[in-house]
Parts: sequence; C-alpha cells; structure tokens
Amino acid sequence: MSLLNFLKKIEPDKKSSPFLHTLFDGFFTFAYAPDTVTKGGVHIKDGMDLKRLMVHVVLALQLCYAFGSLNIGHQHFAALGMYPDFFDAFHLKIVYGLIQLIPIFVVAHVVGLGIEFWYAAKKGHAIEEGFLVSGALIPLIMPPDVPLIWLALAVAFAVIIGKEAFGGTGMNIFNVALLARAFIFFAYPTEMAGDTMTSGKEVWVSGLEFDPAQLAEGVKQQVSYYHWWSHGIFDSIFDAFGWRTFGEGGVAVADSFTGATPLGLAKAGGWAAVTEVYTPTQMFWGGLPGSIGETCKPFIIVGAAALVAMKVASWRVMIGMVIGCALTGMLMNGFTSGSENAALAYLQIPWYYHFYMGSFLFAMAFMATDPVTAASTNRGKWIYGFFIGAVGLIIRVMNPAYPEGWMLAILFMNVFAPLIDHYVLESNMTKRLKRA
Amino acid sequence: MRSKINRFFLLFLFLNFASVASAQSSGGGSNYLLTALAAIAVFIVLGAIVMVSDNLLKIEAKESGADKTGTNYSIFPRFNELFGGSAPNYVDGPVTFLKKGHDILLQGEAAKSTNDGSNVTTFAVQPPNFVGISPIPKVVVEVGDEVKAGDPIFFDKKRPEIQYVAPVSGEVIAINRGAKRSIAEVVILADKEMKYRSYDVPNLADCSREDLVNFLMSSGGWSFIRQRPYNLVADPVDTPRGIFVSTFDSAPLAPDLNYIVDGNEAAFQKGLEVLGKFAPVHLGLNAKGSEAPHHAFTQVEGASKNWFHGKHPAGNVGVQIHHTDPITTSSKVWVAGVQDVITIGKLFSEGKFDATRMVAVTGAEVENPQYVKTYLGANIEGLVKGNLKPLEEGKSIRFVSGDVLSGKQTSTESFLGYYDDQVTVLEEGDQYEMFGWLLPLAPRPTISGTFPNGLYPDLKFQANTNTHGEQRAFVVTGQYESVLPMDIYPQHLMKAIITNDFEKMEGLGLLELAEEDVALCEFACTSKQPLQSILKQGLEAMRDQ
Repeated sequence: MSLLNFLKKIEPDKKSSPFLHTLFDGFFTFAYAPDTVTKGGVHIKDGMDLKRLMVHVVLALQLCYAFGSLNIGHQHFAALGMYPDFFDAFHLKIVYGLIQLIPIFVVAHVVGLGIEFWYAAKKGHAIEEGFLVSGALIPLIMPPDVPLIWLALAVAFAVIIGKEAFGGTGMNIFNVALLARAFIFFAYPTEMAGDTMTSGKEVWVSGLEFDPAQLAEGVKQQVSYYHWWSHGIFDSIFDAFGWRTFGEGGVAVADSFTGATPLGLAKAGGWAAVTEVYTPTQMFWGGLPGSIGETCKPFIIVGAAALVAMKVASWRVMIGMVIGCALTGMLMNGFTSGSENAALAYLQIPWYYHFYMGSFLFAMAFMATDPVTAASTNRGKWIYGFFIGAVGLIIRVMNPAYPEGWMLAILFMNVFAPLIDHYVLESNMTKRLKRA
Repeated sequence: MRSKINRFFLLFLFLNFASVASAQSSGGGSNYLLTALAAIAVFIVLGAIVMVSDNLLKIEAKESGADKTGTNYSIFPRFNELFGGSAPNYVDGPVTFLKKGHDILLQGEAAKSTNDGSNVTTFAVQPPNFVGISPIPKVVVEVGDEVKAGDPIFFDKKRPEIQYVAPVSGEVIAINRGAKRSIAEVVILADKEMKYRSYDVPNLADCSREDLVNFLMSSGGWSFIRQRPYNLVADPVDTPRGIFVSTFDSAPLAPDLNYIVDGNEAAFQKGLEVLGKFAPVHLGLNAKGSEAPHHAFTQVEGASKNWFHGKHPAGNVGVQIHHTDPITTSSKVWVAGVQDVITIGKLFSEGKFDATRMVAVTGAEVENPQYVKTYLGANIEGLVKGNLKPLEEGKSIRFVSGDVLSGKQTSTESFLGYYDDQVTVLEEGDQYEMFGWLLPLAPRPTISGTFPNGLYPDLKFQANTNTHGEQRAFVVTGQYESVLPMDIYPQHLMKAIITNDFEKMEGLGLLELAEEDVALCEFACTSKQPLQSILKQGLEAMRDQ
C-alpha cells in the first residue's frame, strides 16, 4: 500500500488548485476504487459502476480497432496497386495503420478529455466517464486520413456544444461521437464527399498527395508519401530483419484505383454497379475504403453480441433498427419491382444487401444504443430503433446529397427520443389513473 | 387444458382462413405487391374480428366478476401460459410468474436452529420506526416504572387513540432522546418471568367493528397493521380494499417464515380471522420453492391465496399487491407481517400481548447464523453476543436491523426495529482497492453481465458495504425496470420526484411503491443513485399535499 500512501501524500489541494485536484482525482479513482461505504439506503451495492460500463464498451470496440489499423494500411497499398492480398505485407500494413490511427486516437482524447477535465474542475464535480466511450468511438467513425486539426475542432465542438452546454454526462441530447462526425461532414463537405482534385488529399484513403514535381508542370498525379520520422524509423528496423520496407514513397496510384465506396457506386448504378467492383463477401469482411472502424461486419457483430450479452447495450434498439431498415428496404423493393427505370436502381437493391454496405451495423451496435440519447423506456426503444432504421435507409437511398443515412437518422431520432418516452409514459399514467 | 387446446384450434382456424383468402385473391398472379397487400388486408380484418370478440369475452368476464378468480378468459393464451415455467405440484391456484428481479445470494444464511435468547435482556420501542409519527410522542411511563407486556408506553399526539405498548414486562431503564429532543427509544429491562397485562377480549364472532378497533388500538395490536400507500400505521376510520400478508420474504438472507410459523398455526389463523373482520385478506404464497410452503399458509381459511413465482422482490408485499389488486389514488390497502399477525392472533386466543419474535441472526460475520427466540425490539448486542467472528486487524463491521437492502444501520447498543425480524452483520468496505472497478479481488454480487457471475449461479457472496464506485448522473436506462416486477418506470418516477412534479409522481405509480420495493433498483444502479431516499422524499412530499 505504499503507492496508495504516496498518492495520498501528493494529492493537490482542492481549493488552491482545483484543476490539478480534478486531474488527480480522475486518475486516482481510476487506479484505486474509492473507500466510500453505503450510507442511508441499501447496505451493499452492485459491483458495476460507470467506469466499468464505459470500459466494457471500449473493450467491445477493440476488434474494430484491430481491423481498422490493418485496413488503413491495406487501402493505402491497394491504391498503389501493391500487395493486393489482404494479409500480404502484414507488418507494413499494420504499422502504417497504427502510425495513422494513433495520432487520431490521441488527439481525440487529449482534446475531449482536456475539455471534460476543465469543466469538471470549473463546476467542482468529479470527472464523469462519458467521454471514455465517445473518445473511443470518434476515431472509428472518422476517415483514415482526417486532418488532425479538423478532428480537434470537431471534438471540441461536440464536447462543448453537444455535451457540456447541456450539463455534462447523462444530460446531452445528441450523441457526442456523431456530433463530431457531423461537424466534419458539414464543415468539410467537398473533401468528405471524396473530392481529390482540389488538394490531392484523399481522406478516405490515407497517405496520398500530388507529386510536387509534376504539380509544378501542371500535372496532377497522386503519389504516396512517407515520413522519415515514423515510416523511416520502422523501415530501418524492417531492413535489419530483411523484411519488406515502405521505401521512399512517390509511387503513383494504380490506374484502376477509384476510391469509390459501395454506397457511391450504388447511387450511380444500383446493385450491378456495386458488384462490378466489390463482391458481397468482400463487403462483409470489410477490406474496402470507408471510415476506420465501420467496414468489418463480423467484428462489429461480435462487439454487438458482447454488448448485448453483458447487458451493456439495449438489444431492443438494435432489433428495432434491423426491423425498421429491413421493412423499409422491402417496401422500396416492392414498389419498384419489375421496373426498368435506371433512376430506381438504388431502390431495387435487395433489402438484405443494405446490411452489407456502409455503416449500418456499426451505427446499430455502437451509436444508436447510447443509453443517454436513446429513448429510455423499453417500449420507446423499439420505436426509436425502428425509426432510425427506416429514416436512415430513406436518407441513404433517396437523398442524393448524403451518401450515408445513419448519422443523420440517429441525430434526428435523438431529438425525438424524449417525445417517444413522453407518450409511453403518458400511456402508463393514463392506464394507472383509469384504475382509480 | 381442454380450453387451451380449443384456443389454439381457433387461432389455427383463423390463420387458415387468412391464407385461403389470400390465395384466392392472387388469381391474376401478376402483381406481387397487390397480392401481399390483399393478404395483409384480409388478415387485418379477420384479426380485428378476433380481437373484438376476445375483448367482448373479457369485458363480459369483468362485468360478471368472474375475472377476479385469475382464470384467463381471453381466447389467446397468456404469455406465461405459453412460455412461463410450469407451477409446482403443490400449487392449488393460478400462479403469477414474475420474470424480473434478482436474488442476491450472500454468505451467512440462518440455520434452522433456535437459540433461546437468554442473552437478550433489554428491549426497546423506537418511535422513529413508525412512519409519520410526530417526533416527540407522549410518553406515559417514566424511568424506573414497572410495566407489564402490553402496558401502554407512548402514543402519538396526532392520533392519541392508538397505543404503542411494551413488548416485554420489566423496568423502564431509559428514555433516550435523539436530535431536537425527539424520542429515540424507550428501553425496558426485561423480567426473567414475563408478566402480561390482562384484557377484556371481545368475542370475535359477534363484536362490532368499532369494538374490535377500540380493543386493538388500546391493546397495542393496531400498531402492527400498516396502510399502503405510505406505510403508516393504519387509520381506523378507513375501510381498506384488502389486507395483504406476504408469507415469504425473498430479501437477501431473509428469515424463512415457514420455520417461524411452525408451532403458531392456530395463532396465525386466528390473527387472519381478526383481520378478515375489516376487509378481505389476501395471502401471498411462494410457488418457487422445491417444497410446499408450511401448511399454516397453504391450508389457511378465510383468506384468498395468491401464488407468486419469482426472484426478489417477489416476496415484497408491495409487488404482490400490484399484481393482485393495485393501489390507486382513491383506495388504500392494509398490510401486516406474519409474526405481527401471530401476535394479533394471540391477543384473542390467549388474551395476552405476546410479542415473541423469531429473529434471524445472519450475515458473513456471524459465527453460527441461526434464529433467536426473543421479543420485539431486542437489543442487538444480546442477539449477537458470543456469535461474531473474530475481527481482523483494520477491519470493522456493520450491524443492520433488517436485510441488507432495506434495513437500517444500527449498532450493538441499539435495538431491532419494530417491524424487523432479522439482524445482518457484514463487513464494512472502507478499503481502497487497486483497479477494483475493473478487476475486483473478490467476487461481487451483481446483476451486470460484465462479471462472470452467471457461470456460478449458486455462488454465495461475502459482500461488504463498499459503494463500488461514485455517484453519477443517470446514464443507464432499463436497469431498474429489469429488477422491478411492476408496471412502473422507476427512473422516470425518480426524475419526477427530483423535479417535484406531483402529477407525474402520482401517475407513474409513486403510491404503489414503498422504499423496500426500489431497494433492489438502488442496489443495481450503475450511477449509485440513492433511490430509497429519493422515494422517501417523494412519499413525504406527496403525503404533505
């Protein structure tokens, strides 16, 4: 217990340095479960607390993180036409992915937690753990090459406007992670839509830029680039082992590279256009461009199953969302069946393939189930989930301005969650008062 | 069984009709969507006919009063009839299956052996045990007075007709005061040989309700009858809708009432007869055990039996009322404990105030957890004397009058609560634990799936009083509902109480709840919110209205 004594000794004074004390308290309660005992109510309490809850969501995301790191690297090399097999040059891909992902993770946490700590110190309460999950989710829903300054701005916006303005953890109306994503989506629309010809930067595939030499001559050619201080250091290590190395960069992207996502293709030409580029199996396993954590469906399903088994996330929202999406998909199929009109091609995509494309499963497992912003009654959760599924698919398929619908659908239904609850409670109250 | 088959047959028939109708309408067969829509329309029309006739049946059953027996008059089988467990053989009526709830298994369950209680010498009646009593009741005895068991010792100035009496005979040795000169306890040093006050017992068969009430109030028996909502000592002018007695306690380490009632069958039956003079008596019986409840409960006369199968809080009388005849804003019900009914019964059968109580001394820190035969309001030290495990260096223990969920913290010098029949002794959890929130050193009771407790369903825990986390805002939803088998939204109710929204409090069922009912929710709460004290605050505010 000497560490405990040492920590107790260095505890900063709460009055004279509130920020340091909050910081200390945050880390101290992380290292040691407090010695407080029950008083006045029940005498024993469940071993579950908010820290444990949040950490288990973060644990359920780890497979997505692992796959995401590898996929960033894979997409980078695939764009260059190198190592087409997914597990080929595994060490290069995973290291490349981590070099890309870790700064995103760190920036999201430093900015978000920094703001949380500052507010906690200002308001004089303990640090609430809400941002642990938001901070773990935000990197996974970002494009792999998101500029860190955008990310920092987005996180600051989400935490200050989306959360602290409403009173902190447990009080927010909107899903914090999705707000960060929405900020980037609306603040940098051209880049997020995949426009590469302005800056040469391709946010959905990492590590590409215009070749400066060719740009001087007016030719826009995307090439790969590496940093000596990160990739270079690893190169020297790999070299020592005799493994393949990153090299100098400057490799031009392959002619066949388009960077198109299944959703973009579907919008353009329906299911036929999608299957020209990607097979359903490929979409299921996730080796394609997209947000960092959303592509690999099996790992998301494992995470979702773990959350349901641990009773951390609501299965009602998840099932409701699947039903809502499936029914809407069936309706779309039903109304357009047999039509030859090319404009209806997207509507004709068999409803079950909508689960393969885009980020439906990630939104279902980790975004819609946020207990604070979802409906809070059990019946309300069914309705809430159902409408996310229905509205999200309508946005995805019918609205040409947005490539994907779940972010907007969830934010939209976040607003309606209190209304749904209100009517569920009203019916309970009416039933009770009728009995009198 | 026959009726069930009929119901299935009817359902099957209707489904058949629906499919035949849809098949015919698909004659053209070209438009797939139209066909589907037609099939749905036919199904809806037929479904509506079935629903309407089903509702008519149910309304008819309600009009004729036939649905009070618990029989299912709908043509649809109830959810429980299809998927619920089957009732054990000994059950002789419909069973209410309660899916929600959680049994907390702790170490230190009382063995079925009884100590004679010779260690307990002092007893006390504590006015704060009675909800709503004025803080300074009128004490009619003085220190040094000799009292007999049944002699009045104090009364509430707001309701002077209700006497609170001495549970034992002996000398009043102390009248202890608490904050603001309120009366905390009246302590009696018990005689070796009990002396009982003698009564003029009215004849139960032909006495009027008024005589009965007056006798109970003056003899002290009235204090055992409590009213819901609010858990107050009942108001004699009220006519309750029913009187509820739960014959099993599902709380952690709770005493086995089957063991307690053994030998007191006649007194229990007599007590129920007395209560039956005021209103219909409803007995809640446990349909979960492998053995039938004691015959004192199953072969009871003059009371209706309601069987319940479920985890804690299925044994709470509030939950049983909710599933039998819910409390409404305009109606009241009365409740009484099994040992209280026995005392009332003995008032009539033996003509004396016999407040004998079997008290379960339980908890992981007790050497030999067992029952102690003593009297109401026994001294804690006497109950646990020589029966505690040696205390480890640097650790302390807590004494709880009642169970670990809804009991009151107490000390060895203090006394058991008026309505309590259990002492729990457990370890204080005032220790830091490195990464205790993530990797606890010892197994913990929990409803959460993040612990591997589900793999060890029979594991008994040595729980301590640590909060296992700090208080946070409400974050998790649906957690309270999962352990409260009532049609109530506890989290929204708590928020209504916090925001002082009386209309919502009432509408969301505040009046149906007592603190013990939300105790399990408070245990399970991830945000460590003090639900019982919030509920208490709500009930008090509502009562003041």
